[in-house]
Amino acid sequence: MTDALRLEGITHGYGGRPVIDRLDLTVAAGETVCLVGPSGCGKTTALRIAAGLEPVQVGRVLIDGQTVADGRTERAPERRGVGMMFQDYALFPHLTIAENVAFGLAGRAPRERDGRTRELLDQVGLLDYADFYPHTLSGGQQQRIALARALAPSPRLLLLDEPFSGLDARLREELRADTLTLLRRTGTATLMVTHDPEEAMFMADRLAVMRAGRIEQQGTPREVYDRPANAFVAAFFSQVNRLDGLVVGGRVSTPVLDLPAGALRDGARVEVVVRPESVRIAPAGDATAAGATIALVTDVRTVGRASLVRLCMHGSGGREWHLEARLSGRDLPDVGSRVAVSVASGQAFVFAHEKG
Amino acid sequence: MYSDSTGWQTAPAPVPRLALRAWRRPRPLAVAVAALTLLLLMPIAVIAGYVLVPAIDVWRHLAATVLPGYVTGSLLLALAVGAGTLVLGTGTAWLVTLCRFPGRKLFAFALLLPLAFPAYVIAYGYTGLLDYAGPIQTLLRDLTGWGLGDYWFPKLRSLPGAALMMTLVLYPYVYLLARAAFIEQSACVIEVSRTLGCTPWQSFFRIALPLARPAIVGGTALAVMETLSDYGTVQHFGVPTLTTGIFRLWLGMGEAAAAAQLAALLLVAVFVVLTIERLSRGARRFAHTTGRYRRLPRFELRGARSALAMLACGLPVLLGFALPAAALTGWTATTTGYWWRHEFLVFAGNSFTLASVAAALAVAIGLLLGYAQRVDRSMAMPLLVRLATLGYAVPGAVVAIGVLIPLAAFDNGVDAFMRAQFGISTGLILSGTIVAVTFAYMVRFLPMALHGIESGLAKITPNMDDAARLLGRSATGIVRTVHVPLMRGSVLTAALLVFVEVMKELPATLILRPFDFDTLAVRAYELATDEQLVAASSAALAIVLVGILPVIVLSRAIARSRPGDDVL
Repeated sequence: MTDALRLEGITHGYGGRPVIDRLDLTVAAGETVCLVGPSGCGKTTALRIAAGLEPVQVGRVLIDGQTVADGRTERAPERRGVGMMFQDYALFPHLTIAENVAFGLAGRAPRERDGRTRELLDQVGLLDYADFYPHTLSGGQQQRIALARALAPSPRLLLLDEPFSGLDARLREELRADTLTLLRRTGTATLMVTHDPEEAMFMADRLAVMRAGRIEQQGTPREVYDRPANAFVAAFFSQVNRLDGLVVGGRVSTPVLDLPAGALRDGARVEVVVRPESVRIAPAGDATAAGATIALVTDVRTVGRASLVRLCMHGSGGREWHLEARLSGRDLPDVGSRVAVSVASGQAFVFAHEKG
Repeated sequence: MYSDSTGWQTAPAPVPRLALRAWRRPRPLAVAVAALTLLLLMPIAVIAGYVLVPAIDVWRHLAATVLPGYVTGSLLLALAVGAGTLVLGTGTAWLVTLCRFPGRKLFAFALLLPLAFPAYVIAYGYTGLLDYAGPIQTLLRDLTGWGLGDYWFPKLRSLPGAALMMTLVLYPYVYLLARAAFIEQSACVIEVSRTLGCTPWQSFFRIALPLARPAIVGGTALAVMETLSDYGTVQHFGVPTLTTGIFRLWLGMGEAAAAAQLAALLLVAVFVVLTIERLSRGARRFAHTTGRYRRLPRFELRGARSALAMLACGLPVLLGFALPAAALTGWTATTTGYWWRHEFLVFAGNSFTLASVAAALAVAIGLLLGYAQRVDRSMAMPLLVRLATLGYAVPGAVVAIGVLIPLAAFDNGVDAFMRAQFGISTGLILSGTIVAVTFAYMVRFLPMALHGIESGLAKITPNMDDAARLLGRSATGIVRTVHVPLMRGSVLTAALLVFVEVMKELPATLILRPFDFDTLAVRAYELATDEQLVAASSAALAIVLVGILPVIVLSRAIARSRPGDDVL
């Protein structure tokens, strides 16, 4: 089966400033891929290159197995069969909701056009608003219209640029779920760009984490979360504890952990990354805590569904180590008490220190 | 776009190929815009040249004779009109925006009406009303039995009279901007000042007024610049100013060099006003800290205060619009019989032709410049466009002379060349034609058109263009289905504003119009100069009637600017 979208070796810059560096990315038919990364990492540029809104400088773009741009020839965006939803929705203010949705159906017979428009308005639950103008609708309704408009011509590929960023938290969650349902139902191959890791994990069949113009890691949300390729990827999806260490005898040693260093050489400075939710605590005198380290509880904060516990340990040479644990139970230690600390096996990651 | 602090760990990316190609490709759009800019800058540059290279002996002569009178006249007039419009404009804006009294909504609109009057037209109206033979003095004599010389009556044809006329028609600039500023102020800041212990009056002087100051100064600066450019009023009232000086030297005495020097001085005066306005804004950028608007709190005025407020808002409307409009209408009614038919239609046709040509051209150039900025994102483009629109503040007389000097040089050059080569005299090719006067209108009024077109274009976001393309529309398809419907309103408004300004324009038209090509404004001026004020009334009234159109457009635009609040 041919990929709906294939970006090959895309390198792009503005006025000599590099924005994308040798990017390779595919979206399979019916698949939803999320390009996720901090703002300014080049992800929106990649999306615009796929759409044809930005001419390819170096590399190749294929849609449905056909080359549409390779730096010499460039197929016009309107002839690529690509739908795109913009961050600001870009609804046409002079057209009604129905006219906005029908905008991309200009070539169809009137009856077919009306039928398709009604079908999509129905799917996004806004059939009653067909004759309204965009400015009279709420942000969430405008988002749905923008999605319906992009889907109306049945594009081979749908591009979503930060589709939920203009909405408040609760509405965002609701629309995410609705959008996902609609994409699954239509089976549209989708490339979505977002800076929100949670949103990306929720929406994506596959994630591509981008930083400074390069893809740091690709994989399913689970793979990326459980086996991050580097400290940046690990830290991107949640708050993490970062502990400095040195490789000695092929192992990295910290008060709470002793891990194999893998391929890292002896004497290399490394970072041990521990997610707060993989930190376990138990009463200090508990028999099950054999091999655990004793730590002092310095702070306890409840933040809704979970609580954050700050811990302080003393290592060799009087050095203090700080660790944050995220606990879901109600049974919380007291500030000032001593607890036994351990980390769930396989949930601490060792990476070479990124910069000296 | 690219702002990751971690930087690049790899070798720099290959130099983008397209960027290189784009650099070498000649850019016809940029070339066209640069050429237009140069052309539109030329008249100002010519006059500015006289600032930089003053002719000393001409100056010495001017300084010894007429210059002190002209400078004093312009200065006093500017100060008086500045002060008058400041107080009248700010006061009425405050009353209708933040107080509640009977007729408030009606006044909010009516206070704009004097804008329909060019200063010279209201001057003609009042001259007719207040002259010895006019209805007011006649009534006075009938009531008292006095005769000529028995009584004192204020002399309208004086510097204070001219200042009064101009204040009456120019205060709406201050009113308009001050009112917009008051409306823009979040209700919260006024309420906060009340909770911090300010009385309504204190909150006006300590909060609302300082916040609106940039707008008020801006409006006053506009009024002062209009005052400096006025020719019709000061000419009719015999007040010596820089503009009357330019006309006397240029047309009366044929002293082109001296006139150009005076024009240079006037140009400097205008830039001084502009600079003062800029400086007064200074570093204080008053950005409103909250975007939340609620219905403005209004202070309820009762009894005598309410009556005073009505008087304060009613008098400017009565004196600045109703009374002179009534006088012009009355005189027009008495003269419909004899000259209105043929002559009037010729002058109206000339006015209409000039105004239509100028409006169409201004919109065309405005669209070119607006779209050039949208398509060509180079750094030079906005700079070029700003340079092309420098003329908005330059008085009509200055622009006219700036246009005439290079065009005459061109004509003479071509004529000399043709005679030397072929023995044919080509005479005047451009000067004294519709080309010259249209050129001057472009320098003056293109900025106005461009402003409207730019704000219209800003409403079509680049993402809308991209969305339309991805939905299958070609470039022409996007223009047809998105740009034309969305731009129509702003383009028509821009055209209307230029059309009306050209109808009202006097000094540049007087200097540059083709021979024997009189417009309504020129005809009104000529008849008034011959003291035939009643005969001048039809042309004057026509100008005022056309001038009401933009007032209506303006007030509708204000009403739309703040949804949810009954502004008008």
